[in-house]
Amino acid sequence: MSEKILMKGAEAIGEAAIKAGCRLFFGYPITPQNEAPAYMSKRMPEVNGTFLQAESEVSAINMLYGAAGAGHRVMTSSSSPGISLMMEGLSYIAGAQLPVVVVNVMRGGPGLGGIGPAQADYFQSTKGGGHGDFRIITLAPADLQEQVDIMYDAFDLADKYRNPVMVLTDGLLGQIMEAVEFKTELDPSSFKPPAWAVTGRKNRPKNLINSFDLDLDGLERHNHEIQAKYKTIQEKEVKFESFHAEDSEIVVVAYGTMGRICKTAIRKMREKENASVGLLRPITLWPFPEKKMLELAQKPSVKAFCTFELSAGQMVEDVRLYSKELKPVHFHGRTGGNVPSPEEVIEKIKSVQKEAR
Amino acid sequence: MTEGMKQIFKNTTYLTDMQRSYCPGCTHGVIHRVLCEVLEEMNLMEKSVIVIPVGCSTLAVDYFEFDTVQAPHGRAPAVATGVKRAAPENFVMTYQGDGDLASIGTAEIVHAANRGENITTIFVNNGIYGMTGGQMAPTTLMGWKTETSPYGREASRDGNPIRVSEMLSQLNGPAYIARTSTDSPKNIIGTKKAIRKAFQAQLKGLGFSMVEILSNCPTNWGMSAVDSIKRIQDETMKYYPLGEYKVVEGI
Repeated sequence: MSEKILMKGAEAIGEAAIKAGCRLFFGYPITPQNEAPAYMSKRMPEVNGTFLQAESEVSAINMLYGAAGAGHRVMTSSSSPGISLMMEGLSYIAGAQLPVVVVNVMRGGPGLGGIGPAQADYFQSTKGGGHGDFRIITLAPADLQEQVDIMYDAFDLADKYRNPVMVLTDGLLGQIMEAVEFKTELDPSSFKPPAWAVTGRKNRPKNLINSFDLDLDGLERHNHEIQAKYKTIQEKEVKFESFHAEDSEIVVVAYGTMGRICKTAIRKMREKENASVGLLRPITLWPFPEKKMLELAQKPSVKAFCTFELSAGQMVEDVRLYSKELKPVHFHGRTGGNVPSPEEVIEKIKSVQKEAR
Repeated sequence: MTEGMKQIFKNTTYLTDMQRSYCPGCTHGVIHRVLCEVLEEMNLMEKSVIVIPVGCSTLAVDYFEFDTVQAPHGRAPAVATGVKRAAPENFVMTYQGDGDLASIGTAEIVHAANRGENITTIFVNNGIYGMTGGQMAPTTLMGWKTETSPYGREASRDGNPIRVSEMLSQLNGPAYIARTSTDSPKNIIGTKKAIRKAFQAQLKGLGFSMVEILSNCPTNWGMSAVDSIKRIQDETMKYYPLGEYKVVEGI
């Protein structure tokens, strides 16, 4: 087992990817994730890997498309405006069923916005984001160790389902330093290129990486195949953390950085006032923990939900949808790159408690 | 074969038997054939990956017997970069039209060329958007009437036709850049020769290579196949001179 080392969030993402066997990184500079490509530009040559600074995010995602098509683990890292530019490519990648890992270190928007932490790309990441019917597996870590562990999961899930995976993190988790441990180190030379990859036609039929079909029924069959895969992912890959969610009257729903702040707030409230408050923290944002959500909503002991986000209210729509609004759903959000303190969270929870009584 | 007879021609085995969906008289078919003949002569089946664009030749996803990737509009050079960087032993080509390469994909082609990306681009230039029904392209000649330049292309409104080979040959990255044509048997043979040189550049690891091939579009030019060939000779080849624009040492 390796030891714990102190690392910056964006650099730990890079190292975790290398340890997960990724040897190809294509990216374009954007704040607040520049440490990730800078780290990769230094580390990739040391492990016989490839770092390439693309001419744009549009090109970067298409380089991922090509490298994944050739059967190799590949990733990029960007931030909100850059991710918007990648959405065309992600639609093609989802259509052609290729495994890629994209890290979105979210910043405040819309437009150029700012460089402070935000969670305003939830819709974009969990509802498809580009054109056509597709889904991106979306993983949201709440601290640096989880962010490191999630990088391994991201590559595994991408390969398992031949689907793009987004690691949805934010400016805070990209910039802070924490002690992290890398559990394993995979040797990519032990990976065999998948049977479908374009590796040159040797003793097999031609391989085609493609999302194009002018035949209406053919394209519908393709869509059915992809949708069946998404259903399996929804059944098998849901991940969340429950912190007293089952035995509390007020259930807070929050993810990522916001989930972490809420946990601190809830812990304080439980310790000081023995408050009946718990946390449901989705780790997979898509697939969303919809069954858990309904199960909690159906509990007689649960009086209300309160969703906290660094956005004007995006995940809260899923909370309402999957709780079937059997209980009131409250919301508190900050935008612009502002992050609420645990005290601000406590104040909101107290107002929800009051209303629930 | 009957005794005493000699085979002097056979179809390339690198093309599928599928019926092509290109319009009658279009030279995509000829270009596909010479491309595949060169690949076959160089025995590149087991290494080849071709990246197909958006446009008429998107249909080529079904036409080549070797590994194929279909790319988003204009992004073929970036996709090819990914394929090549992941597995440099692959022989990687892009096949792009002028709307794809010279309009929406200018950033991708310029930077792939500038990096000296070790790939080969087959650039088919017929000065019009074919698949979408005959709109003006960046390569459309002055005065040409199209669906979106009904009064004829005019510089003050539409800008001037882009000479891609000349532009890219100014960069340090490319190893081989040539412009050829499909208007005559002589120029088709010249096209084949240029493709072979471009392929040699990639096989020797010399950097980016491109063959720009002047082509026609009888359907959207609104003329017979014969007249469209004459138009290449009378108009297109005058604005887009044939020749080798860049040949580095070693080819």
